[in-house]
Amino acid sequence: MFIVGSVSLALSVPELRGSNRVVLPVPEIRTLSLYFSDDMSFELIFFLILGVIGIGSAVAVVLMKNPIASAMSLVIHFVALAGLYLSLNALFMAAIQVLVYAGAIMVLVVFVIMLLNLGTEQKLRENLFSRQSLGIFLTLVFGGGILFLLSRTLLESPTAREGVVDTGSVQAIGTALFTDYVYPFEMVSLILLAAVVGAVVLAKVRVD
Amino acid sequence: MNGIPLEYYLILSAVIFLIGAIGVLTRRNAIIIFMCIELMLNAVNLTLVGFSQYMGDSAGQILVLMVMTVAAAEAAVGLAIVLSLFRNKETIYLDEINLLKW
Repeated sequence: MFIVGSVSLALSVPELRGSNRVVLPVPEIRTLSLYFSDDMSFELIFFLILGVIGIGSAVAVVLMKNPIASAMSLVIHFVALAGLYLSLNALFMAAIQVLVYAGAIMVLVVFVIMLLNLGTEQKLRENLFSRQSLGIFLTLVFGGGILFLLSRTLLESPTAREGVVDTGSVQAIGTALFTDYVYPFEMVSLILLAAVVGAVVLAKVRVD
Repeated sequence: MNGIPLEYYLILSAVIFLIGAIGVLTRRNAIIIFMCIELMLNAVNLTLVGFSQYMGDSAGQILVLMVMTVAAAEAAVGLAIVLSLFRNKETIYLDEINLLKW
């Protein structure tokens, strides 16, 4: 609700200004922080709510026995991440997150789950405990490494730029994508072509 | 630009990445392992967007676009592999697929 409200606020305020008789200069950079900045605790509460939703749904993805329940938790996780992108003023990324991940990829996953008609996952009789504990142990070692690196770099991490820098809007990303990064953009189309051909070849039923 | 320190985003991203890693290492169902890989990719995306916004450079978000494209390609190919695996072996539990084990 908050996300929809803030987006509609960002979209509607410039139009309200434009409808006046007084001709106002259109602000060049319309980011969300122009409309609700200087309220640290409000942003922090927003971040904490989305973070708790994100972590909780991620835990649910791992713990749920039913694959459909896992997939639905993953959709909630993607929407929470889109909200976090909004709190970072990355508007284009938030839209793409919902469209590509929560829309396209999860539809494919749910479609395959339905097609395979799987039951809930049965536990292994033997060897389960050692495998799970080994996995958790390896992850904790890895996580210790990540947290160590984080604690080492906390002092040197960049602070926010002064003023509003336009890096998250569609215009900024489009300009960068079609000027500096046009060759990677073309390479990505080759990846997609290979994926389409590979998926068709792998999934088709061979009729002799 | 934003009242929240960058470290909060980095720590949140690390926690989500670790949850995804636990899922990959402990689950048996190939589709759930696939979804946990998506979790890890998204955690990295959050880090990239955070750095990009805090340093005022669009390059990180271009990289996120590339990651999303590769994830979509991976979804198509990976789920096609799961389908053909199920067609041949009647299971998608990875511990029952041990044809290459000696």
